[in-house]
Order: sequence, then C-alpha cells, then structure tokens
Amino acid sequence: MTDAIATADDPARETAAAPSHRGDLFSKFDALIAEREALLDTGVRDPFGLVMEKVHSPTLATVKGKETILLGTYNYMGMTFDPDVIQAGKDALDAYGSGTTGSRVLNGTYQGHKECEEALKDFYGTAHAMVFSTGYQANLGLMSTIAGKEDYIILDADSHASIYDGCAMGNAQIVRFRHNSVDDLEKRLKRLPAEGGRLVVLEGVYSMLGDIAPLADMVRVAKEAGAMVVVDEAHGMGFFGPNGRGVFEEAGVEDQVDFVVGTFSKSVGTVGGFVVSNHPKFEVLRLVCRPYVFTASLPPSVVATAATSIRKLKFAGNKRAHLWENSKRLHQGLRDLGFTLATPEAQSAIIAVLLPDQDMTVRMWQALLEAGVYVNMARPPATPAGTYLLRCSLCAEHSSEQVGQILGMFEAAGKATGYLS
Amino acid sequence: MTDRDQTFDKVAKLIEPFNKKGVKLGETTSFAGDLEWDSLIVMDFVASVEDEFDILITMNMQAEIETVGQLVDAVERLRNEG
Repeated sequence: MTDAIATADDPARETAAAPSHRGDLFSKFDALIAEREALLDTGVRDPFGLVMEKVHSPTLATVKGKETILLGTYNYMGMTFDPDVIQAGKDALDAYGSGTTGSRVLNGTYQGHKECEEALKDFYGTAHAMVFSTGYQANLGLMSTIAGKEDYIILDADSHASIYDGCAMGNAQIVRFRHNSVDDLEKRLKRLPAEGGRLVVLEGVYSMLGDIAPLADMVRVAKEAGAMVVVDEAHGMGFFGPNGRGVFEEAGVEDQVDFVVGTFSKSVGTVGGFVVSNHPKFEVLRLVCRPYVFTASLPPSVVATAATSIRKLKFAGNKRAHLWENSKRLHQGLRDLGFTLATPEAQSAIIAVLLPDQDMTVRMWQALLEAGVYVNMARPPATPAGTYLLRCSLCAEHSSEQVGQILGMFEAAGKATGYLS
Repeated sequence: MTDRDQTFDKVAKLIEPFNKKGVKLGETTSFAGDLEWDSLIVMDFVASVEDEFDILITMNMQAEIETVGQLVDAVERLRNEG
C-alpha cells in the first residue's frame, strides 16, 4: 500500500506503470496524458498545477517565493479579507464548531444557515432563498429536479458545465440555441410541441469570454412562449445593477425571472451556492432536490462569512464603481498595446485575451507569471469555438497603480514571447 | 427521387462546410469516427439541420444518432410528426 501511495503523485511513474492487460479503463485518457506531457516537456510550468504559498490580500499572493498580483480569481468585490467577514467566521467557529456533519434536511441546518438565507432574501428582495453547498450543486439540483421527462429545458450552447450536468442528471428534453442569439432562441421556442413545461436557462455573464447576455430581449421571448426563466448570476452578482443583484437587475427584468442561481465563491468570497425565487411552492424543493438533500451542509463559519459579506455587498456602490473603472482601463490598455480581446468593450469584470494557439498561450501565461501577475489560462473544451485565451478578472481591491503595473507586465510578456512586435 | 433521398441530399449539403477532409458520405458514415467531429462542430451542424427542416433535434435524440443514415431517418420522422 505504501508503494501505491508513493507513486500516486508521481506522473512519471504513472505512465511507466501503465498496465499491459486488456481493457484498462484509463486508456481513454491516453491522448490527453500525451498532450500534457508534450507540453510540459517543452519546459513550461504547468498552468493547471499552480500553488499559492501565501495569500496576502484579495489581489496579492506568493507563488514560488515571488510576490504575484492576482488577476485570475473570481474575487470581484475583494471580500475575502474584509475584517467584518473574517470576524463573523471566527465567531461562528467558536460558537458552533467546525462543521455540521449533516444534511440541510436532518441535522445540518443551524441558525447561521437560516440567517444566510435571510440575507439572500433581503439582498434579492425575494420571498424564498435556498442555500446549497456549492454553486455547482445549486444548478445540478434545480435543472435535474424541476423539469421532468415531458418538459423541455432550452439552454444557451455556451452554458456552464454545472447546467449541462444538471440536465444530464435529470430526465427533461434538452434543446440548445446558439450563444446569446435571441433569434435562435425564439425560433426554437416556436418549434416546441404545445404540451410539456418549458424552462429557459440563461446566464448573466458568460465566464469564459466575459460577455453578457441580452437578457431584456431573451426574457421577453421566453415569457411570450410561456416558459419559466432561470438566470445564473454567478459572475454578475455584486457588480451589476443598482443593488448589485446581477445583469438581470440591470436589464430591468427582475419581475419576470422565476429563479436566480448564484454562488458564494465569487463576489461573496467564500464557498456555497443558492437559488432565490418568488414561486409560491418553492420551499418544496428542500424535500425533492437530491443535491440539496444528500450532501452535508456548509460549515457554520462559511455561512456566517457569506451572510456578512452579502449584507455588505448591498451597499458596496463605491466598490462597484471602482471595479468598473479597473475593468474599462485594463480593456482599453490591452487594446492599445495591440492585444485582441473577446469583447469590443469591457462588458464585465472578466477581460479575455484571445491568442492564436496553445503554444503562444502557455508561453504568454508563463511570461506573465514570471513578471509577477497571475491570470487564468483557458482552452477547449472549457472555451467556446476552439479558442485559446488568457482570462483576466479584476477585483474592486486592485489599486489604480496595480492596473498600471499589470499593463506594463503584459507589454513586457508580449514582447518577450514575440506576440507583440 | 423519394422524399428520403431528397432529405439525404439536403443533409449532405449541410455536412459539406464541416467536411474538412472531404470524406465520401454514405448511410453508414459516422460523425464521430469518420468525420471526426467534436462537440462544437456537432452543435453548429445540428443547429443548421434544425433550421433547414424547421425541426428540433433534442440533445437526448442526438445521443442516439451516430451515422448520416440515422440522422436522415430522424429528420424524416420529425418532419412527419410536425
């Protein structure tokens, strides 16, 4: 057994020890293993194996002993080091212990979980809120539970994996429309048979390219077709709309959206997921939604930090303004340097730099890291239409000086790799 | 020429822009194996078939369709239902 444990983390031994017998279930991954090895053999660092040794603030960490600006987190509103948030977590840890060891429907609902749901209801102005253990599970639960075999889920082709997985877990009929195309959605809604329920699934911000959905038009055509509408605001919460509720608030369609899905792992700054709604029968989901019932609830410290953060986000207008300022400046600055960006202007706090291929993308990623800024590298199949990109996400806590430094590092990395002349 | 033949020809025309290797199309030509399409191409292609015939091919149905012949049969069935 000790041998097995010793070799488990050693990629070299992993391939050397490949079993020779027929039917190795891992042989389906051979192409991916080979591609990864070929990439690492060129001497670059593994973009998917980075370790942050120390985290100093929402925007600064130590990576391989070097102080590094974080430009690849989802910490949009910079709440992870907020003193009130941290204090709430410490107090809950002392008062309620380290974990609940139970499901929300058995021994896993504490005072803190109810307070967190109250904070969400207040933030969204809805009658109901349900807290899940992750945002992934919130989508998994909603999609798989409310649409049955006779019902139709109509979703954007670029939907997040958690939406697709929720559809795969349920029994509904799944129809896709071309990304962000109102016409394509409308055409498909018109082709649906008269019988069966309809659920249109949209996202406020699409996380790979940072583009936003034309929600006003999409929600209108969905409602004209008699569909219920869910909007996932994972990357929009905290930042869009007068109250920071998301893109659907800014689009003015709050009264027509039936469900909003969200996460605590982005602007809220911890981990967890939720669905809010005004549907009168919403609470029944607590009994029938398997990803809610058959998993442990969030630790008391996590729901305490989430609730505190959500209450503060409601009044974070100044932070929202600064985050927009940072996003617009980075977008403009990168364009001026000669980079190709995924959106014509800054539509969200995600700025995606498009690059021609994997080799250039990895070399740029590494050059940036060596200069002192961490961004996300993304590649197919996570990205749409076979694109390779460096995804930058800004934080309300990035100072103007840091944004200037980041632009300087992009210029240096672009020249060092030969991408910029 | 039967209705099915006409459908086959229309489907073949829609495959053309995605048939980069110029694979010769027959009833048993498979999308994953012969045409080597990935999920992104499939999405684009399915949308174009749906629009050409004014039908919906759900992802549930797509999972059962592996060859050109099976797709033509599915299109015929869906058109007759509609």
